[in-house]
Amino acid sequence: MTDASLNTPAHSGKQLSQADAHTKKRNAAEKRFRAYGLSAILIGLFFLVVLFTSIIRSGLPAFTRTVVDVEFTLTQEQFDAAEKELFKTKAYSNLFIAELQGKLGEKGVEVEFDEKAIERLLGKVGSTIREHYKENPDTLGAPVRFELAASSRVDGYFKGRVTRDTLQDSRFLQLSDLDLVDALEEAGVIKQAFNWTFITGTDSGVDNPGGAGIGASVVGSFFMMLVVLALSLPIGVAASIYLEEFAPQNKFTDLIEVNISNLAAVPSIVFGILGLAVFIQFMHLPQSAPLVGGLVLTLMTLPTIIISTRASLKSVPPSIREAALGVGASKMQTVFHHVLPLAMPGILTGTIIGLAQALGETAPLLLIGMVGFVARGYPEGFAQGFTEANSAMPAQIYTWAARADVSFYEKAWGGIIILLAFLLTMNIIAIILRRRFERRW
Amino acid sequence: MYDAPRSTENTVSTEDIKFECTDCQVYYGDNHAIKDVSVKIEDKTVTAFIGPSGCGKSTFLRCLNRMNDTIDVARIEGSFLLDGQDIYDRKVDPVQLRAKVGMVFQKPNPFPKSIYDNIAYGPRIHGLARSKADLDEIVEKSLRRGAIWDEVKDRLHAPGTGLSGGQQQRLCIARAIATEPEVLLMDEPCSALDPIATAQVEELIDELRAQYSVVIVTHSMQQAARVSQKTAFFHLGNLVEYDETSKIFTNPEDPRTESYITGRIG
Ligand SMILES: Nc1ncnc2c1ncn2[C@@H]1O[C@H](COP(=O)(O)OP(=O)(O)O)[C@@H](O)[C@H]1O
Ligand SMILES: [Mg+2]
Repeated sequence: MTDASLNTPAHSGKQLSQADAHTKKRNAAEKRFRAYGLSAILIGLFFLVVLFTSIIRSGLPAFTRTVVDVEFTLTQEQFDAAEKELFKTKAYSNLFIAELQGKLGEKGVEVEFDEKAIERLLGKVGSTIREHYKENPDTLGAPVRFELAASSRVDGYFKGRVTRDTLQDSRFLQLSDLDLVDALEEAGVIKQAFNWTFITGTDSGVDNPGGAGIGASVVGSFFMMLVVLALSLPIGVAASIYLEEFAPQNKFTDLIEVNISNLAAVPSIVFGILGLAVFIQFMHLPQSAPLVGGLVLTLMTLPTIIISTRASLKSVPPSIREAALGVGASKMQTVFHHVLPLAMPGILTGTIIGLAQALGETAPLLLIGMVGFVARGYPEGFAQGFTEANSAMPAQIYTWAARADVSFYEKAWGGIIILLAFLLTMNIIAIILRRRFERRW
Repeated sequence: MYDAPRSTENTVSTEDIKFECTDCQVYYGDNHAIKDVSVKIEDKTVTAFIGPSGCGKSTFLRCLNRMNDTIDVARIEGSFLLDGQDIYDRKVDPVQLRAKVGMVFQKPNPFPKSIYDNIAYGPRIHGLARSKADLDEIVEKSLRRGAIWDEVKDRLHAPGTGLSGGQQQRLCIARAIATEPEVLLMDEPCSALDPIATAQVEELIDELRAQYSVVIVTHSMQQAARVSQKTAFFHLGNLVEYDETSKIFTNPEDPRTESYITGRIG
């Protein structure tokens, strides 16, 4: 039998169109493997879709707000009369109420309401109007459009957070106010508008979710990223070039290499506590400042940049180095004229990925006081951007998510959309840079 | 046996010795790769290094322009005199040496730059051109000597990596010539080329002999016989025999040389 199988191969004498048992088994195994792979990808995609739909569904409402949009005309006489009153803002809000009632009457909508209800809905309308006319007296007599933000409860009523069944009468909102809201909606006075405050604004206190914006923390993140980029790119690239191209191979450089790989795996909160100890407690740098945040994130990003830079230096074919050395280039000329340009796409990609990681990092910011900080204003100038206390995007999101009022929850989701938009932009830049610098050799 | 090269009609022999190497040893860590090699390489001559693979031909060749300096584990002993000057002297800068002793590698390795920049790079870093016109002239001259000018003169700014293998290798030879070297080292320059490209490169090597001392490592004995005037046979790190090419191939003295040439070891 052995002889026979030696002389005649197993597949001899069979037709090619007829698969034998062995081939069938192989093909079945391949089919199974493809099915596993495909289902793994589908499961991944499913979670991705779930993640994105839930982020977008929960986050989109943060980008709109409920406003009362009225066109209002105040004559010089009305202005003078109101300014003579004892309670001036009350006079203005009475004028506003009269205007509103007129509007509702025009549309044939009937509803009873008083000044208190308007205050619960829109806050201090009178002072807003008075301030406008005191600052712009020339608009007296002409129609002016006021877009007055509704309170967060009313906003919640429109977005489904507050319903008639769950609402309990309080000094913030009463059941009867919802009748007024419905009437205003019928008259087309109250509506949804794009919430620019959320994008350009600063953080508000815990009692004013409507006024909260992510703008200040975007600026904080921007200054942090400037610090990270300015420090980690040159330090990381210089360290990698030295280690990869110049350092002798010995125990000491091996030790450094192992430690760099280990550093990349150190939990980020450890870098946070290091930053707290070194930069704040020892060097007395200002707390919550983007400068300190940037320094801490630099420590975190360096290993990532070093590892990716070394990998891309390694991937430059040695024949290029030989060619350069062969025509008499020095070691340094070889590296800077030939190796580095070829490694550039990899270095840039690694750097941007490192930056993107740093941008989303929250834990180290916890320890240097950027989480929980209420960034109520923008930095005054460029230099102050580094040193003035500020928040950062992920820290701001965390702060909102931790607040009791449910309308902050929506802000947290909205913040995540903005953070993801930045990350996506950075990744696209990385891809473009890689395409642009990539060369065949 | 290594001395007094006799002139044959094959040789443009001058009595000039370019390289004089005595008692050379190379170690890669514990591996003794070159053992007691002494050799005199002549000017205006093509010298071929032949021998079975792993016998140390490349290693010895790379000693001549100190390319082994870049290998951490390599240790080199003995004296290497180029025109009477020890190239391993402390005062010698390997960078200057490599401009004088050019090298062409086994696999064509043009820089991923334009053809022009490939040639101009060496002269630029060595400051050989004072003006753009100077540089243009050097580039043209080198490409002409590299026997590739006619093929690339219309696309000097196209990437060098876009040429065919044989053209790339001639470009690399032209690049080595551009720094005005005195010696050209070639490590199996045709092993990645097809027969037609090989013939072109061999023809070029023969032309280069008029001006340079060319040392070529080859695994093809026919090639050694075709292009060289002197041949050195290496075996297991030893220089077994070094003589006129015609003598090595017709009447070798050492039995190892004979068995290699007749195909019994290799
Ligand atoms: N970079 C290196 N590091 C360590 N050993 C090497 C290196 N290059 C060559 N060798 C060793 O030196 C010996 C000679 O190699 P080489 O000079 O490349 O031979 P050839 O070119 O004749 O085929 C071989 O044993 C090889 O393993
Ligand atoms: Mg070799």
